[in-house]
Amino acid sequence: MQTEVTTQYLIHVKHLKKYFPTKRGLFSSAKYVKAVDDVSFDIPKNSTFGVVGESGSGKTTLGRTILRLIEPTSGTIRYIETDINSLNSKELRIFRRKMQIVSQDPYNSLHPRKLVKNIIGEGLKIHFQLSSEEIYEKVKDILEQVGLREEHMFRYPHEFSGGQRQRIAVARALVLKPEFLVLDEPTSALDVSVQAVILKMLKDLKRDFSLTYLFITHDLAVIDYMADYVTVMYLGQIMEFGTKDDIFLAPAHPYTFLLLNSIPNPDPRIKKKKVIPMGEIPSPIDPPTGCRFHTRCPYARDICSNVEPEMKEVHKGHFVKCHFPLG
Amino acid sequence: MSEVKGVAQKGRFKLFLERRKPIIEDWKHTFYLWKSTTLAMVGTVIIFVFFGIAIFAPLLTSYDPIAQDLDNRLLPPSSQHLFGTDQYGRDVFSRVIYGSRVELWIIFIVSIISVGIGTLVGIIAGYFGGAVDEVLMRITDMFLAFPRLVLAMAFTASLGPNLTNTIIAISFVDWTVYARLARAEAIKVKSQPYIEAIRGLGAKNTRIMAFHVLPMSISPVIVQLTLRMGTIILTAAGLGFLGLGAQPPIPEWGAIVSDGRSYLVQQWWITTFPGLAIAIVVLGFNLLGDGIRDILDPRLRR
Repeated sequence: MQTEVTTQYLIHVKHLKKYFPTKRGLFSSAKYVKAVDDVSFDIPKNSTFGVVGESGSGKTTLGRTILRLIEPTSGTIRYIETDINSLNSKELRIFRRKMQIVSQDPYNSLHPRKLVKNIIGEGLKIHFQLSSEEIYEKVKDILEQVGLREEHMFRYPHEFSGGQRQRIAVARALVLKPEFLVLDEPTSALDVSVQAVILKMLKDLKRDFSLTYLFITHDLAVIDYMADYVTVMYLGQIMEFGTKDDIFLAPAHPYTFLLLNSIPNPDPRIKKKKVIPMGEIPSPIDPPTGCRFHTRCPYARDICSNVEPEMKEVHKGHFVKCHFPLG
Repeated sequence: MSEVKGVAQKGRFKLFLERRKPIIEDWKHTFYLWKSTTLAMVGTVIIFVFFGIAIFAPLLTSYDPIAQDLDNRLLPPSSQHLFGTDQYGRDVFSRVIYGSRVELWIIFIVSIISVGIGTLVGIIAGYFGGAVDEVLMRITDMFLAFPRLVLAMAFTASLGPNLTNTIIAISFVDWTVYARLARAEAIKVKSQPYIEAIRGLGAKNTRIMAFHVLPMSISPVIVQLTLRMGTIILTAAGLGFLGLGAQPPIPEWGAIVSDGRSYLVQQWWITTFPGLAIAIVVLGFNLLGDGIRDILDPRLRR
């Protein structure tokens, strides 16, 4: 790990917003689903930047917006010095080589009628002028890196298991030698035993390819294993940000605390803490006023429902958006 | 590396086959399904015979289909003239045989033009959506709002009645079907995660449409095309019958039926045999189309 002073950042996100318009009725004005609402953060180079949150918290939208797979409503995204938002479509296509995504669903993310060789080779064909022998060699090499073999090149996706398909998806992204990889719940569709193997592989690949990960998940155990930094999202906003230890050992936001509290503990001797009922996540079309979490927060006071809290630093590098941080 | 070289020595062709084993297995399965679907087989046989007749026409008959022989007018079917002769003494059998070439030509060109325009319009509309979709689909609706035969007649009448214009007219009437099908498929395919993944790799829209959306959208179009080949023949024959299609003395089946219609009661053979030819070939294409649809249906496949 680099020291604080020399930390280099790969991705800078400033005031990013993504609003999806809802279907407008004949007599009603358009409403917006505020999937990502004013989010700012920086991702240090060669780190794993974890994003956690419930479903509907906007974490998938965040990942896809950073890669401009969906256009942001406003805000800036910089990749070192390049402003990704200002790239035209041709520049963006060329730039895509550096940032890749592995999506959640390994069953639909691979073209069902293409051989694995062509699925992985597609990116090479787009970005490099290579002979078919060179492509063959590169695809073979990357398959071995992700734990598959040469003979798998001439098979169709339906012949593989979920874990193997996710390996193919990782290979497709890595064959372009990207620097930044968005992992959007890469293991949520897999069996627990396969999850562990894939996570280990992703960790090894990060070291071998000196990658930077944006790791999106709802599974805190996965984040604990993978991440260096953790961002907790709620209703499109960042509630808390810090290093993994900050978040897991000293959560400052009540939401983070409740999330951690909800992890089932396998040891029966450990006394169960009082579990506070949390209810459902409110609609992102009409998010609560003031602090977005006040409707479910056990510590909410009057100010929480009226005034939106500022992001404040509870100690170095540990930020929280709460009027009354814990600890 | 040494392993790769060892494999290479096995012979490139063998390696090629080995690697494509899943594809070959798939084709074998398709062939098996084909064989076990009786009606599809009947359709296939009819179409193969039709193709065979078109290719080997000169070997099957010794009469010139357009040479007139006024001494032998309106002869009934005999061993000399299998289907008899018409009012100009032309051998009807020979005209029907050579007519298959005309029909085949019409089907071939119409398929290429109408499927080409249809899938192009459909995939562009479906892939881009929004305003592009609206504009292209409203144009399609305009074509669909006319009765097909009337529109085809209007086209040929304005372009001038001959074979080429018939083909153009049928193509312009027929493409809407494929456009709608291709659009529906393209809309379904473009929202699949694997298309976004390919976009994420940095592929151009044209590349995505041509190499990824098109192959996934084409199979219902092909099935529909096979089913519609019968209709294409019927439209061509209909135009020929009305005098707007192939002009005499080209032996187009619809035109032959039309030629003989004033002799129908006494000299039934002039209209009956080309009529039968139309019916059988249309039936063959319909059976084949149904068969292909069943065979390609993933729910029936495995």
